[in-house]
Amino acid sequence: MSPEQFLYYEARLLDTQQLEAWLELFTDDATYWVPLEKDQREPFETSSIIHDDRTLLELRVKQARHPRAHARLPLARTVHQVSNVMFEEQNNELKVHSTLQVVEFRNDKQRVYGALVEHRLRGTNGSFKIAHKRVDLVSSEGELDGIAILF
Amino acid sequence: MLVQPDRVHRSVYADPAIFDLEMERIFGRAWLVLGHESQVKKAGDYFTTRMGREPVIVVRTGNSIAVHINRCAHRGSMVCAEGRGNTERFVCPYHGWSYDTGGTLQAVPFASGYEKDKLPAGLKAVPRVETYRGFIFASLASQGENLQSFLGPAKASFDDFVDRAPGGELEVAGGVFKHAYNGNWKLMIENHLDGAHPAWVHASSVAVARNAPDPGKPGAEHYSDIAVRQMRQNGAPDAVWEAIGMWTTPRGHGYMGDYHDDSRLVTGLGNPVFDLYRKKLIEEKGEAEADRILRVTLWNTIVYPNCSFMSQFRQLRIIHPIAVDRSVVYTYSFRMKNAPAAMFRDTVAFANVVNGTGSWVLTDDLEVYERIQHGLSSGAVDWVYVGRGHGRDVEEPNGSRRGATGTSEIFIRAQMRAWLDYMSA
Repeated sequence: MSPEQFLYYEARLLDTQQLEAWLELFTDDATYWVPLEKDQREPFETSSIIHDDRTLLELRVKQARHPRAHARLPLARTVHQVSNVMFEEQNNELKVHSTLQVVEFRNDKQRVYGALVEHRLRGTNGSFKIAHKRVDLVSSEGELDGIAILF
Repeated sequence: MLVQPDRVHRSVYADPAIFDLEMERIFGRAWLVLGHESQVKKAGDYFTTRMGREPVIVVRTGNSIAVHINRCAHRGSMVCAEGRGNTERFVCPYHGWSYDTGGTLQAVPFASGYEKDKLPAGLKAVPRVETYRGFIFASLASQGENLQSFLGPAKASFDDFVDRAPGGELEVAGGVFKHAYNGNWKLMIENHLDGAHPAWVHASSVAVARNAPDPGKPGAEHYSDIAVRQMRQNGAPDAVWEAIGMWTTPRGHGYMGDYHDDSRLVTGLGNPVFDLYRKKLIEEKGEAEADRILRVTLWNTIVYPNCSFMSQFRQLRIIHPIAVDRSVVYTYSFRMKNAPAAMFRDTVAFANVVNGTGSWVLTDDLEVYERIQHGLSSGAVDWVYVGRGHGRDVEEPNGSRRGATGTSEIFIRAQMRAWLDYMSA
């Protein structure tokens, strides 16, 4: 699978609400990061819209399936549009840059997000695992309604 | 009467004409929390914010702090782009009128074209600005009670916030969450002291946290621990919520006692980082005073009408009403400058998981606010019932009033009494 195909596959899992299968794409030591600030350098001294290790990411997915997860019941319908994919090898990982547009629909409200995305992928058996995913929303510093989807 | 002892008419939340009157009579008069002195440390430091719907600039001018309406005296453009920074002048982007940080008009291009005595003196000043323990307050009304009397017994919550910091040194740090919801501003103010809601609104995050891997011991902690511990605490048994304190003041402020029994989350109970921190406090204040400070177990505080904060994780939220059914909330974190660095990391982790725009705690609150707004926009039912604990409120000697139990809706009734005072005065 090429890096592009892998990113499309990942997006498809999210858009078809296969959250558990999506979670399996991440390594055990993975981090999933949606920074709050432009050019944010680290996630420990500055807040983030989401900063999850693999444990928290799994809890986030489980919470979304709980029968009283009010903001996620039903889950939003989404389209994740991935483009501008560029990649380079770095320390035995593949560093992949892409752009992402997401259309979200829930409760009669349609929202659009744009983001610059960085993946760090590890190759395993002809496919990849995600070791790190960073999603820089262009609106991250703006006044945003609550975010209950995954990018 | 729209506001009665144990019920409120739905139009108080849903009628745009009442909202307009609130902006004039409540947000146009009350002391509003605008921020903290650490945001304007040096002369010329400024940040923009709102007072109700008015855009304002908060700026350090020499030794004092001024607040100006962010609107050029000429043709009305905002003179300062939204944000923060340091400047000597505010220059209007439209025709170059410039103002010093005190708001006085300094230079006008094509000056000979205007009649000299018709030129305005400067930016409109917000008439009253005061600080309490480093927190900046302002009022759009030139007359009214002073800040100390407005705060009343709620001063204790700010004292708790500041006294916990070694040297009293606090600073805003770690970024600002700005989240919005399609609901009335009062829905947030009425939620933060509500001990009966977590078991329902936060049922999903509580359930997931209960089944999460157990937090690690000191030295073997996981990044996820703060989140898991806090969400488990939200699932405290009913008896715990019933037993906490719940106090209100005549101006509508309210504060609740602590519901935490988790030694990793609560200061002073034998955690290594907290032990270091406690030592700092003892060095400064002596053991008796340090223990007194750490024993104060206030949790959320509401300063009516625009602020909610909690001192143990140093979170402060300011609400900006945009429309009768639209509100924006700014959430700030504070760093204790002289405390162990790890404590601020806990603050950031806590902010992300509880108050952040992508939090799985906050987003369930926002969902419920929006559903309430939907329900209250229906004219089929008139009244909102706020009678939990009504008739059993207890008068306290310091002028505050305590709920019969920790889950009493006394805090909403107090807010509504204050609402009526502002609106009918």
